[in-house]
Amino acid sequence: MATLNDYLFVSGMLFTIGLAGVVIRRNIIIVFMCLELMLSAANLSLVAFSRFNTVKGLPDYNGQMLVFFVITVAAAEVAVGLAIIIALYRARQTIHTDELTSLKG
Amino acid sequence: MNLAWILLFLPLVVAAVNQLVLRKSAVVPWVSTGSAVASLLLSFLLIGKTGGPTPIHWASIGDFHLDIGIQLDKLSTGMMLVVTGVGALVHIFSLAYMHDDEGKARYFTGLSFFMFSMTGIVLANNFIMTFIFWELVGFSSYLLIGHWYQKESAADAAKKAFLCNRVGDFGFMIGILMLWGITGALSFAGMKSGLTTFITANPTIWIGVLSAAVLCIFCGAVGKSAQVPLHVWLPDAMEGPTPVSALIHAATMVAAGVYMLFRVQVSLGTEIFHQLPASDVIAWTGGITALLAALMATQQDDIKRVLAYSTLSQLGYMVMAVGLVAGEAGMFHLFTHAWFKALLFLGSGAVIFACHHEQDIWKMGGLIKKMPITTATFALGCAALIAVPGTSGFFSKELILDAAHEAHSPLFWVAAFVAVLTPFYMTRLFVVAFLGKHRSHGADHAHEVGPLMWGPLVLLALLAVISGYSFIAGFSPAPPEHHGNGFQIGMVAGISLAALVIGVTAGFVLYNGKDKDPLSIPLFRNRFYFDSIYDNVLVRFFQDTTAAIINFFDEFLINGLLVGGLSRATASTGNLFRQLQSGSLQGYAFAFGLGVILVIYFTVFLQS
Amino acid sequence: MPSPLFWLFSLIMLIGGCAVIAFRNPVSSALSVVACFAGLAGLFVGLNAYFIGIIQILVYTGAVMVLFLFIIMLLDLKDEQKRAKSLAPLLAGVGLSIAFIIQLIGVLSKSPDKIAPALNAETLGAAAADFTKGGKIATALTDGRLPDVHLIGHTLFTQYNLPFQILGVLLLVATVGVVVLSKKTEEKKTEDRR
Repeated sequence: MATLNDYLFVSGMLFTIGLAGVVIRRNIIIVFMCLELMLSAANLSLVAFSRFNTVKGLPDYNGQMLVFFVITVAAAEVAVGLAIIIALYRARQTIHTDELTSLKG
Repeated sequence: MNLAWILLFLPLVVAAVNQLVLRKSAVVPWVSTGSAVASLLLSFLLIGKTGGPTPIHWASIGDFHLDIGIQLDKLSTGMMLVVTGVGALVHIFSLAYMHDDEGKARYFTGLSFFMFSMTGIVLANNFIMTFIFWELVGFSSYLLIGHWYQKESAADAAKKAFLCNRVGDFGFMIGILMLWGITGALSFAGMKSGLTTFITANPTIWIGVLSAAVLCIFCGAVGKSAQVPLHVWLPDAMEGPTPVSALIHAATMVAAGVYMLFRVQVSLGTEIFHQLPASDVIAWTGGITALLAALMATQQDDIKRVLAYSTLSQLGYMVMAVGLVAGEAGMFHLFTHAWFKALLFLGSGAVIFACHHEQDIWKMGGLIKKMPITTATFALGCAALIAVPGTSGFFSKELILDAAHEAHSPLFWVAAFVAVLTPFYMTRLFVVAFLGKHRSHGADHAHEVGPLMWGPLVLLALLAVISGYSFIAGFSPAPPEHHGNGFQIGMVAGISLAALVIGVTAGFVLYNGKDKDPLSIPLFRNRFYFDSIYDNVLVRFFQDTTAAIINFFDEFLINGLLVGGLSRATASTGNLFRQLQSGSLQGYAFAFGLGVILVIYFTVFLQS
Repeated sequence: MPSPLFWLFSLIMLIGGCAVIAFRNPVSSALSVVACFAGLAGLFVGLNAYFIGIIQILVYTGAVMVLFLFIIMLLDLKDEQKRAKSLAPLLAGVGLSIAFIIQLIGVLSKSPDKIAPALNAETLGAAAADFTKGGKIATALTDGRLPDVHLIGHTLFTQYNLPFQILGVLLLVATVGVVVLSKKTEEKKTEDRR
């Protein structure tokens, strides 16, 4: 069986990949996907903690509850986020982050 | 004794009421004139009084007390008579002279304020009070010289007068402090005992220390009495209205220096001054001033400037007398000079007024027919100034020459030469301005001035003649002991008479019937280049240096570093951080990730 | 020694994740995400979180990623090939990742490791005492099975009822928000047309 640290390491790797993707990629949709990766990495940690911390012989379902909520909120977030991306695309005709520099001071 | 307080504060109250309540009302001149006349009456009432009212306690610092007090004695009451007498006559004269002036109210307020300041100097019983009023006199003189401040020259002259006085006052202040340190007393009454203690305590060095103190105080007199080298302000001060010149720059304010010196001498004990080297310095300064001023006077064309230089010259006489420890002679000359010089200035004022503000003597001429009263009084004033026997000036000048003769051979010959020059330039002035033919339109249309103007002239002319005789001279601040009715024929009197004859003859021969100056001596005409030297060397140098320093402070320190530096620092810091606002999402994400890493590093790794 | 399945699913997940970044084509990236999530779901199942594994497949790979694909196709995105590659973001990302992994290793090497507690018939049977006797959960537990979905439903509706309701409202708000966002642009378009 894999130990807790194995799961946490894999989860951390996934999170790192997501972060690297956010920094490296310029396509805002892919950046968005990488955000989802990072969320999922967190989910993996939570589920691992849930499994490795039994309460009265059962996995700790409080952790899985959090994962459930995260997945639900992420779904809502994706819906809204993609709507915003569409609106952005309509307004600016681009979804590349290096062309979206209105925040430049 | 309360009269003295009234005498001191009446002009101040009048000035305050004029300025604050009446403002530009037409009654201002009359109120001021009334107060001046009342002051004169009060001065008469105070004659012969000694002592003084209880001083008003002003401030205490530990054992050090400052009082506002009045000292009444022969010196101060006699001086008050001069101040208020000339003041009252000048007020009356001004009623006519300034009748059409727009700033009439301001002018009379200034006059009242000046009267207050001058009264304060004369009546002061301690040095701090003298200094306060000394400064007030400078200030009111500034106001009055700059009365026609629209004229640039008047504004400049006022500034110049004030600044020159400030230079002297700086030394004066140091001198006061030194004297205080020496004697431990600020009041004139307590000085002598303090000085005696000091002399017994420091038998070796007291001469040097006291000399330094006296010289510093003399600096104040040099400024106020316009001695070389600070004399340059007085001729320029002629930009003020002529009655002001008569009051301030002939009779009272410039005499304040002499008065103050004499007051110090009397307070410290006259005999001590024989031992002080400072006395020599004072005497020579006076003598040199008398000589230089007389030389400059010979080549001036402006009637008021001639009189101004003659005033300088006479002040030099007085200072010389004080320096020769013959202060009584100086004060007596001050007393007589006040009347006849005020007369001359007011007379010139009348002439200027009649000639439609023409001041160049070469454009006058023939006034004797147009203005007989003015001419007659002016002639009497001239006679007194050039020491025609029998007039007041003769007696007083004779005393000074006597003193010089007794003490100091070289200074006597300087004084004698000045006695030649004085009749020369006064004859020149009189001949050119009043005799001969008129040389300009203004002089042609001149006519006799009104009674408000010739009234004071006549009174002053009377005084100019008789004030030397003992029944009047008894009122003077320091009546001379051995002055006679008539004159002793001695060597001094002989030289004096010879000087008079030479001067008048030379002046008459040279200038009678001339239409332009036959003599041209640029050195004298340009006033020994004092002004240009000051302008080019002192003023320019100091002005440029201070301007550079101020510019440095202003431009570099304040503007560049403080204000500009702050704004530039803010802007550059802003620019620095603006670079962070790249607008690049990846940049933000990178910074965010870096932050997370740092937070983990600090919380997890640094903690454990 | 971890089981081979753990390695398999981990590799699928990590390679999928890397592929998301590596592919230039957004569609390929999206499909890589699907692969990644499939591996993730396998890991969930390996952790006895069957329900989470299922909804990971259903919600993420099924709904969310399809939504992504729809959007990508809707916007008709081209490859990034034309764009000049800039080295700085790449370096920054790689550097950040390395720093992160180093820290991760540092943390994990210090924290005590843990072996998964046993979930066998014995422990499950003991846990059955807390649930209603004869109920589905208790029955399954006594049978030695883990009624994952039932337990999640039980926890959700007993302990997390209020957050669950709020979540429903959130989803509603998100729906309305999406509609509003789309509608506004429509209005703008019509205005532009006029």
